[in-house]
Amino acid sequence: MPAHEQSNPWAPLTPSQLEQRKIVSVNPETVSHTAATDIPGHWGPAQDDSWNLSRFRDSLKVDFHHNKPHDAAFSLVGVDASIANAFRRILLAEIPTLAIEDVFVFDNTSIIQDEVLAHRLGLIPLTGGQEGLKWLKWFRKPPPKDDFAAQAAWEAEEGEDSAASVPSDYNTIVLTLNVTCRWATKAEDGRDGKALAKDGESDPNVRYVNSNVYAKDLVFEPQGQQEKYFNEEEGNQIRPVNPDILIAKLRPGQRIHVRCHCIKGIGADHAKFSPVATASYRLLPQINITQPILGADAKKFARCFPKGVIGLEPSPDNDSDELQAVVKDPMKDTVSRECLRHAEFKDKVKLGRVRDHFIFSVESTGQFGSSELMLDSVRLLRAKAERFNRHLTELEEGR
Amino acid sequence: MAQDSDDREMEDAAPGAEANESTNGDIIKEKQRLRLLPGSTDTAASFAFEKEDHTLGNALRYMIMKNPEVEFCGYSIPHPSEAVMNLRIQTFDNVSVFEVLRKGLTDLTDLCDVVEDKFTAARDEFDAAHPDGEKA
Repeated sequence: MPAHEQSNPWAPLTPSQLEQRKIVSVNPETVSHTAATDIPGHWGPAQDDSWNLSRFRDSLKVDFHHNKPHDAAFSLVGVDASIANAFRRILLAEIPTLAIEDVFVFDNTSIIQDEVLAHRLGLIPLTGGQEGLKWLKWFRKPPPKDDFAAQAAWEAEEGEDSAASVPSDYNTIVLTLNVTCRWATKAEDGRDGKALAKDGESDPNVRYVNSNVYAKDLVFEPQGQQEKYFNEEEGNQIRPVNPDILIAKLRPGQRIHVRCHCIKGIGADHAKFSPVATASYRLLPQINITQPILGADAKKFARCFPKGVIGLEPSPDNDSDELQAVVKDPMKDTVSRECLRHAEFKDKVKLGRVRDHFIFSVESTGQFGSSELMLDSVRLLRAKAERFNRHLTELEEGR
Repeated sequence: MAQDSDDREMEDAAPGAEANESTNGDIIKEKQRLRLLPGSTDTAASFAFEKEDHTLGNALRYMIMKNPEVEFCGYSIPHPSEAVMNLRIQTFDNVSVFEVLRKGLTDLTDLCDVVEDKFTAARDEFDAAHPDGEKA
């Protein structure tokens, strides 16, 4: 690394050294320089790497690539991996979301078992008025009666909080599913299912009525104050994001009649409560062509990368009219290291990734908007830090 | 009749008592989730954060390491089945570990504020310039 070749190894880093320490090297079979070295003291006393809010504010950049309602891609430049990862982990596991939790089965004569049906219902993503979803309080579910340890801990903790473990209009949403399958009749449906079946018709949609139970058959029943927040005229009612999700198939005489209670939960408890499908980031790839790659080699080099990453341009200083390979758009690169497999140019190129440039992709399941989810994630990390600040004060007072 | 109403006169509360009083004066009592592990001194201490994991642990470790007065900072999760995260801080000279932890938490809060502001500004700018959500 250049620092040791310098005349004074304790001087502050030069701009090229600062650029160099931002790169993670991608080698044919290994990845090196993965750890961040921007810690005070690592590069000597003259290099100031301590936390500086205004320096951070100046160097932080957010660039959006696209911002569709439930799919956002943006670059977050200038943060450390631990912070970007914290945002990603919170997006996946700690943002409160509404989902079906308890299913009360009145009648299930379908072929799908109660528990399988309940599991499928829980995984259906729901959406509704944003303001109402934020207003909804937490429901503290009592542990099962046969788990004696948890039950004892629960009873010890009760007291003032007992209201939170009673289902009420401010912590539970009620959805009902009531579907019965029957043969199609001339009188009600305009076709005689039984007769058509005798003639050879095998399509269940023609033979029967309600043979497929879809998510759109879930009926929202607003309780108490919920009518104010989730009202149908404004389109705020609780409804499935994808109405065409097939829940179960029925045949004549079979019936599903269940009442579902939806509560707020987090992804860490059950994946159905995760608001994203999924949230991920990758680091910006970097392709550094150290010696010119010309002519046929340049064409082969361009084919080692996805389209648009490498462009061929006439070389400026070389007098031959061969085309030279030039890096056009590293963001499109998938870092397959294919170019390192060919002897012609494997020593003329250095691959790497920029350590502090995170290209986030946040896909929402539909309950919240993607960019709003990212903001919630940042606010939640802030709330965690503030909460522990209060706990620290309490700890110090107790000493 | 008016005299037979069910109203009762409220007596004044005993002096010194206060409705909803808790140790911090908060109406909602927050359970203390930060403990000091035994063997800790004023300049070298280990903290246990309950119900926390790498999300806060790694981020806080980074912010504390950015403090030049910190000699050592590391976090660990003793067992994945228990939701506990231990954080150890050792400082140079006579710097208090509690001050360092407080500074780390405050710096993390400031960082989140800056990220939130810049993200909101960038998102609003992008939405204004690209109404259908895609770059040209």
